[in-house]
Amino acid sequence: MKGILGTKIGMTQVWQGDKLIPVTVVLAGPCPVVQRKTEERDGYNSIQLGWQEKRLKSANKPELGHVKVAKVKPQKRLVEFRDFDFEANEVSVNIFEEVKKVDVTGLSKGRGTAGVMKRWNFSGMPASHGVKKKHRSPGSIGQSKTPGRVYKGKRMAGHYGQERITTIGLELIEVRNDDNLILIKGSIPGSNGSMVIVKESRRKVN
Amino acid sequence: MRYNKGAIMRSIENAYIKDNLPTFDTGDTIRIDYRVTEGERSRIQAFEGVVISRKHGKNSARTTIIVRKISFGEGVERVFPLHSPLIEKITIVRRGRTRRAKLYYLRELRGKAAKIKTDVRRQEQDRAAAREAKG
Repeated sequence: MKGILGTKIGMTQVWQGDKLIPVTVVLAGPCPVVQRKTEERDGYNSIQLGWQEKRLKSANKPELGHVKVAKVKPQKRLVEFRDFDFEANEVSVNIFEEVKKVDVTGLSKGRGTAGVMKRWNFSGMPASHGVKKKHRSPGSIGQSKTPGRVYKGKRMAGHYGQERITTIGLELIEVRNDDNLILIKGSIPGSNGSMVIVKESRRKVN
Repeated sequence: MRYNKGAIMRSIENAYIKDNLPTFDTGDTIRIDYRVTEGERSRIQAFEGVVISRKHGKNSARTTIIVRKISFGEGVERVFPLHSPLIEKITIVRRGRTRRAKLYYLRELRGKAAKIKTDVRRQEQDRAAAREAKG
């Protein structure tokens, strides 16, 4: 599957005819191919791409050895793309020229410890009618003597965000080869400046 | 990798900026010729009123304005993306003198109290410029 690594820049709007479209701007590539895995040697086909060069000083010896084979600089992040047929040594945004929809993976913004209303979209409790100090609490979390315990996986308050999220089937609005930019309709996971993986969508385009 | 977010955003947005728009501010009365499409046909509709707010940047492609008018005794407000391709033309009808950037207080006022004083100085400047342009 075609894919590239990029940096989420931020959101803006573009006009398409007389419609105003919200877009997220991603600065993607050119990403060096660091490693190629083949069916015969590794059991599956994939290529490994790097995102953002690292200073030589901050790369450790195993990292240096790894990039030495491909004769590229050490990279801050390495991501594998399975079954991505690609011959050249650098992946640019032009691979998306014929693509209509993409899936975007990123690390969502961290929310810290969050209550059930934010984390699981619970409705909370009424603001009045005798409710006291419980307006944002979950309510009942189970039954009585039977089963006498709380079910596993019960949605409760806790750490929310800062997890790997993939948003699928996002419309690709524009590819700017000269500036290494892609414009994707709508929002994508993560904060501005974070790494995102943009892949050709696995959802069928009708 | 270093990048300049502002420069990237401007490189995308600036393509939509219209350079033939007149300069106006909140308090000014303007007429907007707006293209309306009804089914197959499209025609130009004028909306004339006081600009009560400008949002999203001074000279940004995303700037929107709120125009307020009184129509049959009822206040009507419309939000226009300033650089919308549907806006055919903007004409300045009257310059108004205000002491605020957002004129939301007009919503609470009726009749004479909701009037904005004409900015005579700027209006004269406009007239002088128009005379000059004519030659």
